[in-house]
Amino acid sequence: MAEMTVIEAIRSTLAEELTSDDRTFILGEDVEAGGVFRATEGLAARFPGRVIDSPLAESSIIGISIGAAHYGMRPIAEIQFADFIHAGFDQLCSEASRWSYRTKGDSWLPMVVRTPWGGGVHGGQHHSQSIEAYYCHMPGIKVVAPSFPADYRSLLRAAIEDPNPVLFLEHKRTYRLIKQDVDDAPAETRLGRSRITRRGNDLTIYAYGLMLHESLAAADTLAGEGIDCTVVDLLTLNPLDKETVLEAAKMTGKVLIVHEDTLTGGFGGELAALIAEHAFEYLDAPIRRVAGPDIPAMPFHHAMEGFFMPNRDKIAAAARDLAAY
Amino acid sequence: MTTQATAPTGIPEGFTPDLLDYMLHQMLFMRRFEERTGEMYTKGKIRGFLHLYIGEEACAVGSISALQPQDGLITHYREHGHAIARGIDPKRIMAELFGREGGTSRGRGGSMHIFDKERRMFGGHAIVGGHMPVAVGLALADKKLGKDAVTMCVFGDGGVAEGEFHEALNLSSLWKTPVLWFCENNGYGMGLPLEKSIANDIYKLAEAYRMPSIRVDGMDVIGVRQATDEALKHIRAGNGPYFIEAMTYRYRGHSMADAELYRTKEEVTEMRKNDAIERLKQRMTGAGLLDDAKWDALVERVEREVAECIDWADASPQPQISTLFDDVYRE
Repeated sequence: MAEMTVIEAIRSTLAEELTSDDRTFILGEDVEAGGVFRATEGLAARFPGRVIDSPLAESSIIGISIGAAHYGMRPIAEIQFADFIHAGFDQLCSEASRWSYRTKGDSWLPMVVRTPWGGGVHGGQHHSQSIEAYYCHMPGIKVVAPSFPADYRSLLRAAIEDPNPVLFLEHKRTYRLIKQDVDDAPAETRLGRSRITRRGNDLTIYAYGLMLHESLAAADTLAGEGIDCTVVDLLTLNPLDKETVLEAAKMTGKVLIVHEDTLTGGFGGELAALIAEHAFEYLDAPIRRVAGPDIPAMPFHHAMEGFFMPNRDKIAAAARDLAAY
Repeated sequence: MTTQATAPTGIPEGFTPDLLDYMLHQMLFMRRFEERTGEMYTKGKIRGFLHLYIGEEACAVGSISALQPQDGLITHYREHGHAIARGIDPKRIMAELFGREGGTSRGRGGSMHIFDKERRMFGGHAIVGGHMPVAVGLALADKKLGKDAVTMCVFGDGGVAEGEFHEALNLSSLWKTPVLWFCENNGYGMGLPLEKSIANDIYKLAEAYRMPSIRVDGMDVIGVRQATDEALKHIRAGNGPYFIEAMTYRYRGHSMADAELYRTKEEVTEMRKNDAIERLKQRMTGAGLLDDAKWDALVERVEREVAECIDWADASPQPQISTLFDDVYRE
């Protein structure tokens, strides 16, 4: 199989799942033609009737997936950009998340909603959003945000085979940017597990998506300066792998949380609270966060977008401060 | 709306005495079930929000009696009647209203969220319009899996102003999914009269999405059944969705907390003259299928059956708090 980009990892996994399970089908805007990012390219011809174009109706794409999943099919919905998913927020949060709970386990929803998220592509306010915090707030749905192609493959498969609704977040900047030999790379096959990707004694960085790659780049730079970082690839944000998160915090006693979503109410707050509650006595410094600034939208202008986005330099700067504390 | 003065009389072909007895019993049972439910609310046996179906019985009985066991049903939150009509044990329905272990969702759902997989009633949804795309998904799955089944989706006039109504109707028509859209138009979305919420006749909106769409007298159980039979024939033949707008009226407030400032007592009194149970009773009596003795026996039977539901629900244990975290995720 050798080297694959993120988008190739996703496309090949979709093809494999459509091949191995007759109950799977893809539903989304322009998916028959391959989709905006070409994730479903070639699949409509290979799997007639199982790659279904929907008009622009995000609430219905998710709602229809709920109905089909309830009847035992395995819908894989695509929301063209994560920014558009909010029209379907109600379906995910008010319907899908509690289907099992409200029926006390009599019924369940094996469904996946895939969507490209994140900034750094000059998409401006409606094509750059980080949406994970809204959905991580919702028990009953799982939220997955991989970083490497091998994990995209193994976790997309796990998401499709999971009996619960899964929101599968694909960082759009990484689609063609990140490549990996997927045969040799470590691949997490279980939802709900995080991975310690790099081990170092001075501080622990938590990240996911594009920011995981930026964090690893920062850790490389810092290693040259004598600062050794542990880096945790969170992989699944909800339910969170609390054990690994806490273990990694206890290892170094210094915690830096990175996400490109805006700071206030972002997922980092939950991580910080968890670590403060359960690993306080191991901490040698205040928990630090590097996140998008509290402004309503990713600006379009490239320099302003650069100001908004955390990156390896900002992460390294915060890490140096933390290491010196 | 058809009034009593112009209402059809007599018994049409195909309506056997057994079917008529069944429909009369069902409607009377629903009426009494809901009256007693209101009492239980006042007594504090039922908490929260309670929306009674009284007045609208002909809609549920006329339509749902036409479904087959393999069909799916998904409804709005004023759904006690639909659950009864679908054949869910009414003791378990009452127990759900009481929030007890014996309830359809073992106390997790309550009045607005009755769900029974076995009887294929998939909620009870209290986000207005939220269940409509789900109905398309159920029907799409039936079509893809080659099942001879229809999904009936019940909603009120209040749901018609929601965007999901339009998305769902559009997609059901586009994909010819086997959905029976059944609108119970009781004239008010909570307290908002129809003329302040919808810019056109509801059935005409459905026509715009290119599906057969009719308006029926929702206080005539026989007419509702005839319309539903016709609709199901169309859908089962593979022709896609069908829309029925049933004109009905709720006698009680939107919920138990409704002061009903948006309508007059005179209006309610006038509408009650068109009562669906009374109308069927008269038609059956006119056809020699009902007399005072049979009616009295039916009333007595229903009284006893509803009392049994209440006793059963009240005796059902409280759910264990220790189960609070069960079923958040399926393993």
